[in-house]
Amino acid sequence: MSVRNLDFFYRNYQALKNISLDIMENKVTAIIGPSGCGKSTLLRTFNRIYELYPGLKAMGEIMLDGENILSRKQDLNLLRVKVGMVFQMPTPFPMTIFNNIAFGIKLYESLDRQVMVERVEWALHKAALWDEVKDKLHQSGTSLSGGQQQRLCIARAIAVKPELILLDEPCSGLDPISTSRIEDLISELQSEYTIVIVTHNMQQAARVSEYTAYMYLGELIEFGHTKAIFTKPEKKATEDYITGKFG
Amino acid sequence: MLAEGFKAEAGSRAGSANRAWIGSLFELISGFSAFLVFCLLLSIIATLVVGSYPALKQFHLGFISSDKWNPVTEEFGALVPIVGTLVTSVIAMLIAIPVSFGIALFLTELSPVWFKRPLGTAIELLAAIPSIIYGMWGLFVFAPVFAETVQPWLKAHLGKVALVGMLFQGPPMGIGVLTAGLILAIMVIPYIAAVMRDVFDIVPPKLKESAHAIGCTTWEVVWHIVLPYTRAGVLAGIMLGLGRALGETMAVTFVIGNAHNLHASLFMPGNSIASTLANEFTEAVGDLYTSSLMYLGLLLFLITFVVLAISRLLLSRLGRHEGA
Repeated sequence: MSVRNLDFFYRNYQALKNISLDIMENKVTAIIGPSGCGKSTLLRTFNRIYELYPGLKAMGEIMLDGENILSRKQDLNLLRVKVGMVFQMPTPFPMTIFNNIAFGIKLYESLDRQVMVERVEWALHKAALWDEVKDKLHQSGTSLSGGQQQRLCIARAIAVKPELILLDEPCSGLDPISTSRIEDLISELQSEYTIVIVTHNMQQAARVSEYTAYMYLGELIEFGHTKAIFTKPEKKATEDYITGKFG
Repeated sequence: MLAEGFKAEAGSRAGSANRAWIGSLFELISGFSAFLVFCLLLSIIATLVVGSYPALKQFHLGFISSDKWNPVTEEFGALVPIVGTLVTSVIAMLIAIPVSFGIALFLTELSPVWFKRPLGTAIELLAAIPSIIYGMWGLFVFAPVFAETVQPWLKAHLGKVALVGMLFQGPPMGIGVLTAGLILAIMVIPYIAAVMRDVFDIVPPKLKESAHAIGCTTWEVVWHIVLPYTRAGVLAGIMLGLGRALGETMAVTFVIGNAHNLHASLFMPGNSIASTLANEFTEAVGDLYTSSLMYLGLLLFLITFVVLAISRLLLSRLGRHEGA
């Protein structure tokens, strides 16, 4: 996916200024920056979830599979099948664990019962949740712990076989152990999926990502290999943020 | 400085005896108020049972299944008003539930922002209109138009269909069970719609976003996520509407026709428990007549109670289905 000259407006306020970057396939890209820098806003343009709210507008180009997803012709629901998203707080649907996964699949595929059962199991395995829930698939999704719920949400996103998975501060509501499980999971998933993660936790970005983008006040300050960004950043502003002099 | 601080603290300790006293008084008053609810409920039941005792002794449970209502020979039965109450309420709910759902859906998910407030206020104002106004409007405005337009159409198109046709026979008079049901529907829609809107509004935006994020359309989000998430509140709203429909008196009295006859056709006049009570209490002579009316009141009370019990049961079963 490649982003070119992206501007974003909340009514008259410009939240993103001329952003251009390339998201590499089957790699984890982290977006870091202080609160309010526009990192979540950028993520939310990738599946156009911002369109749920009036007065928000993105201009520029985001190319995915040779098409500009910002174009008016883009079918939003199909886009969101291709681009999955996991939110800051876990959001299990008010249904059983099994149906939490099966629900999204049923929207766009009609599978036999047996195939569906296998697909749900596959997604739960991928999200490293299967062993914990295999005996209670028909209990409510809300009965799980916070970390389990978040992995359920990741499983739900994986289940529809997206090309790209967006993670919007997926660990900010979780304890350290759950966080490390999710980070392990992200590392495992990158061989098959392209992942973009927004995080305010720099260590997390350093641990899980291959590429890092540093944003400040709606602008992309620096983008490159995570190692390079964290060891010898090209710009002073990035260095200040990374070393904790600011932010 | 330090001494002053101590003095102030000592002062507040002396005050705390007073405050504890006020606290226990408050506990006493609120406890008494809660207790009052039980007293009221029990004394209403007692009044109804004692008042209906002569009729209970005379007719036993046969009262419920008898369609006689003859003050001259003092033969009374509750079948006609019970059927009238239930049928008008069912018609009202059949119409009001989907319409209210549509209103709440539009208000929370589809409406442009500038239109939400005026529409929401309009619905709240509709709920505030006294029922007698609905009755007058139903009788003088709605019924004549209904008799000239909708009833002939229903008769022509559904009247010949097997089974369903039975419901749409007879002269299109405008008043009758169907009209009463429709007026009731109009009356309960604002209640149900307002509750549904309020509970739809409390669904966390992130939950809706995550449903959109896996490719749900707005309809799918509402049907599969919002509705299950809010089912307790939605059911409560429906029950509030049903409670009002079952007990509504004035509006129904105006348009139901007040006839103690049992008909299959919804065009024909009938009677409901509440409108029988309103119409006949002042003219009831003799203990048995008055007592039969009390018996009717007791039955209405029981019906509402059963409806409430069923809704609680439904709620707990829904919970089990989800696995909660």
